[in-house]
Amino acid sequence: MNEPILSIKNAVKRYGPVNALDGVNLDVAEGEFLTLLGPSGSGKTTLLSAIAGFIALDEGQLALRSADITGKPPEHRDFGMVFQGYALFPTMTVRENVGFPLKIRKRSASEIEKRVNEALEMVQMSAFADRMPSQLSGGQQQRIALARAMSFDPQILLLDEPLSALDKKLRADLQWELKDLHQKLGVTFIYVTHDQDEALSMSDRIVILKDGAIQQEGDPNTLYDQPRNRFVADFLGKSNFLEAAVVAGSGASFQCETKGAAFTLDTQTPCREGETITLALRPERLRLGLPGEEFVPGTVKQVSYLGERCQVLVTREGGDEFLVSRPTWKTDITPTPGLQVSIGWDADAPVVLAPA
Amino acid sequence: MPRVNEKVSYWMLVLPALAIMVCFYILPVLGIWEIAFTEPETGVGNFVKMAGSNAVKTSFVITFRVAAITTVGCLILGYIVAYAISNFATRLTPLMVALVILPFWVSVLIRSFSWIVLLGRSGLVNDALMHAELIERPLRLMHNELGVLIAMIHVMLPFAVLPMLTNMRGISGVYVQAARSLGASEWTSFRQVYFPQTMPGVLSGALLVFVLSLGFFVTPALLGGGRVLMISEYITYQIQEFLNWGLGSALSVVLLVATALVLLIAARFVNLRATLLERK
Repeated sequence: MNEPILSIKNAVKRYGPVNALDGVNLDVAEGEFLTLLGPSGSGKTTLLSAIAGFIALDEGQLALRSADITGKPPEHRDFGMVFQGYALFPTMTVRENVGFPLKIRKRSASEIEKRVNEALEMVQMSAFADRMPSQLSGGQQQRIALARAMSFDPQILLLDEPLSALDKKLRADLQWELKDLHQKLGVTFIYVTHDQDEALSMSDRIVILKDGAIQQEGDPNTLYDQPRNRFVADFLGKSNFLEAAVVAGSGASFQCETKGAAFTLDTQTPCREGETITLALRPERLRLGLPGEEFVPGTVKQVSYLGERCQVLVTREGGDEFLVSRPTWKTDITPTPGLQVSIGWDADAPVVLAPA
Repeated sequence: MPRVNEKVSYWMLVLPALAIMVCFYILPVLGIWEIAFTEPETGVGNFVKMAGSNAVKTSFVITFRVAAITTVGCLILGYIVAYAISNFATRLTPLMVALVILPFWVSVLIRSFSWIVLLGRSGLVNDALMHAELIERPLRLMHNELGVLIAMIHVMLPFAVLPMLTNMRGISGVYVQAARSLGASEWTSFRQVYFPQTMPGVLSGALLVFVLSLGFFVTPALLGGGRVLMISEYITYQIQEFLNWGLGSALSVVLLVATALVLLIAARFVNLRATLLERK
């Protein structure tokens, strides 16, 4: 990584006995789309507020291009921010809202005019310049909030769950637009969300937080395919978890066994013979077969039809449940509750999780 | 039981209160209007006399001046109180709200008498200042406009605080955060983003205090000691002391019209419906 635009060192924030941030270290690269992902209470919003300067850290440093900004008030940080509720100033028109940061910076009237027009054009809202925010829909307000946060060429754009108040269809459209905007402008985005789909579809890099600590960071693909621990595997997408004993093997290929079912495991994670490991298996990596075709026998418990895909819940003797996701066009088996089936997977499908 | 038509049941609920209002308020007020134009003789004689009287003019000027200064005083003090309560969330917030409302439960008469005890020639304030040897002779803190204003501002303060408090509590802190993230200092954020949003509350409070002050009687009468003759006290004098019902009534009519005018002008700037009828 080149010199990071923003560098967070050992950030700690305490609220009473709770550590909202528990020693977070993070470097943000210039121009990247970074997403802070986590459930509520994970510290993602606290971290964003600390970056914006709304809350003071109890410990740790923030640096912008190596210059310390830990104690700088928010108005001197030069970060644009888009809020969950948009926070458009209700007493100002759209034009005044977008021009606000420029007016504060004492730019000339003609420059403000020009910049505001550009910013509104960028979000395709030029026609609404003289409306009041209350006359706009949620999606439109969202676009204005973006234009306002971008109009003064901020160093970094912070986005706090900007799409969460919108309906699903609009959210999907705006995801594309945001990604588009990010590519066009080249500005660094730090995006907070609890929505894994949003995170996966837009980010260059995702940071998964839990209890104020980073669980794992990486590009969406890596996080999805190589979750480090159970929390990440469960939070990002769906996973089946499986305890298995390593029977034999070395290097990158092992023989494993789970409740009488033997299978081969290909993994880069070092394993030892005799060890019990926890595996994560993505539902779409599981194969469904007739009894005897695959190595784990079971019974279909429930079937859920989702249009393009179909989810099948299979119970194995001993009570384990497996969620299998398969394309609906596969008609070799028609799963119905009570049907005897078997489950299998490729040797490289399971991910070995770090012990909790 | 037969179902009562919704309209009928509505009127049945409203009627008792309406009847009382008509019998004991609207009709007497109309009676006052009649007296104003008929006593001692039919015509606009009372109004002509009023227009020519310096005492009446002075009284109106005092009334409007006291009401205006009270309003400004209440707004400034009330704004600070409301701002503190709504923007600094602490465990003390309920207590502070209670302290604002508390005076409503104490009679205006008692509160005004308390001010006499405090502000009198040998009242607590003067005594304390004399003992501290800050002054040699007692200050004139009452039986003048200053005393009236101090007590009026105190009595009217809740009427200014409550609408502003309601308004401010509805303003999310995120606006000021947004303003600061866009580069505005704390002061600029307050002035350009927060303050404009509190204008509805400020105007509501101003209107309530001003209109109530125009017709206020007890406090000016007690603390003015007859030297600060506001219009309501002037009317009382005309009727009780001089039995001059005609002039007294005419003054009431003018006060009523003046108040109505204030409301009418205010209606251009404030949503009266929201101010006086609806509370969030």
